[in-house]
Amino acid sequence: MANPTDSLDPLFVPVRRENGEQERISRPALSAFQDSWRRLRQNKAAVISLILLGIMIVLAIVGPWLTKYSYAQTNYSAVYQSPSADHWFGTDKFGRDQWARIWQGTRISLLIAVLAAALDLVVGVAYGAISALKGGKVDNVMQRIIEILIGVPSLIIIILLMMIMKANIFTIMVAMSITGWVGMARLVRAQILKLKQQEFVLAARTLGTSNTQIIFKHLIPNTIGMIVINTMFTIPSAIFTEAFLSFIGLGLQSPQASLGVLIHDGFQTLSSHFYLLLFPALVIVVIMVAFNILGDGLRDALDPRMRK
Amino acid sequence: MKRYIAKRIVYLVLTLFIITTATFFLMKNLPGTPFDEEKLALLTQDQRDQIYASYGLDKPVIVQYVNYIGNIVQGDLGTSIYYTGQDVKDIIVDRIYPSALVGLQAILLGTVIGLILGVLAAYRHNSGWDYAAMIVSVLGVSIPNFVLAALLQYYIGLKWGILPVAFWESYDSSVLPSVALSFGVIAIIARFVRTEMLEVLQQDYIVTAKAKGLGQMAILSRHAVRNSLIPVITILGPIVVNLLTGSLVIENIFGIPGIGSLFVDSIKTNDYATIMGVTIFYSAFYVVVMLLVDILYSLVDPRIRLGSGRE
Repeated sequence: MANPTDSLDPLFVPVRRENGEQERISRPALSAFQDSWRRLRQNKAAVISLILLGIMIVLAIVGPWLTKYSYAQTNYSAVYQSPSADHWFGTDKFGRDQWARIWQGTRISLLIAVLAAALDLVVGVAYGAISALKGGKVDNVMQRIIEILIGVPSLIIIILLMMIMKANIFTIMVAMSITGWVGMARLVRAQILKLKQQEFVLAARTLGTSNTQIIFKHLIPNTIGMIVINTMFTIPSAIFTEAFLSFIGLGLQSPQASLGVLIHDGFQTLSSHFYLLLFPALVIVVIMVAFNILGDGLRDALDPRMRK
Repeated sequence: MKRYIAKRIVYLVLTLFIITTATFFLMKNLPGTPFDEEKLALLTQDQRDQIYASYGLDKPVIVQYVNYIGNIVQGDLGTSIYYTGQDVKDIIVDRIYPSALVGLQAILLGTVIGLILGVLAAYRHNSGWDYAAMIVSVLGVSIPNFVLAALLQYYIGLKWGILPVAFWESYDSSVLPSVALSFGVIAIIARFVRTEMLEVLQQDYIVTAKAKGLGQMAILSRHAVRNSLIPVITILGPIVVNLLTGSLVIENIFGIPGIGSLFVDSIKTNDYATIMGVTIFYSAFYVVVMLLVDILYSLVDPRIRLGSGRE
């Protein structure tokens, strides 16, 4: 057989085709996590929040050590000092160093937030997942319990519990987690119920995948984004609840330092020593704003369909 | 619908009963007694027993509980110990007005400003207005209301002396607390209306309205805003929670004789009957509002059929 090019116009030169050019993957493959991280980095506000939070966490860890004063050490010859080179944020009515107290307080507030979020995560996710996966009678009973709990104004229960138990971090955490997990449990249950109906789970079942495999390979990875987002909003609300309780005098008490305690103390001397209120208020606002913006950013990054 | 409401009311009563029971037994474990310990020590044992008996506190806790539930069913919330001899129901009724005034003003102010911000933000999407509205809403959610209240008190009340700082003397006293409370509402509503309206603005009926030559303002007021308002009812729940929580601190800070400060004070003084009364009042208010919100929602938007998911 003659060469096919012979029959063509001699000026017509076929282009040599690179082998596999079309199939080449032009960009490196990204895992779901890397993809989300890429999207999050494009969000300037979220990146700034992340950096601010990083600074706050670092200061909460090293802050109290940067000054020679401890957060509980009183000094009656140096009460109500304005911010100076010696006491960077001034001193309070007992001459305690405000800088040390603020970062000690930030430690406590962040610790409570993280513990409350962790408890919410464990109880809420487990409850929702079991309810959705077991179905039938178990689900029915578990949902009735939730319907009752959702009607309880959580704040009232928290306040009553705070009265009975000792005012410490552990109590605040327990009080908050009694009703705090309900929202998470409902979300997780709804999400898993929705996923269970989807084609890819049916396909996995048809291929003979075991239940455990389906749970760990399909259901959990597809729920994680939502869980992370929800946790990001639990943290600021936990910080707020602690500060709120301490502020109305039912949470931690002086000489312990949490941001709520400091704001409460600062409020008492509002008219004469405004800086005692200003600095702890600034710290709590920065933390809350950063967590809220980061939560929004994560929502957009983890679930682009929800982007508005 | 009727069946759904009946079911919800059963849950409502059950929830209230559980809250009442839990609170009653928790309260009995409060450290200390409702009485002035120093004065009590001056009395003879007989006199002390008599005081306890007059409040029914001499009987076993379980008997007290049964008596209490019996009284509640008849609408009797008992007698306060701290405010000697006063009926708890009367104390609560007296204190509803300041709380309601501040709360309603906060809702009104918050809704109006929140709506304007939300609509502007969506209408001028990605403009300065949009960013400003979003900054306000993030700050409103993030700044604890007591910090805000303290700042308002310092600047407007103390430094500039425009409005009274504390105490319930005239109408002016309700302005600062209402403003402080309204920020949370502004934030929730602005954010929600913006999201809803961005969605509505992309709907076909908006394109149709534009195509038939309707003016910008007419499209906004007749189509866009109205349709974005319906879902706002769903966030009434969080808003009410926000106000209830807020009222506890705000009333404390501004010295308002309302339900919130009554609750905190009654806990601090171990005033058993008042703690119970306010807890029941708060819980009942909360569950009833939640039920009304759900019913209202289905009335406004006929596409939502309550309880049609099951049964």
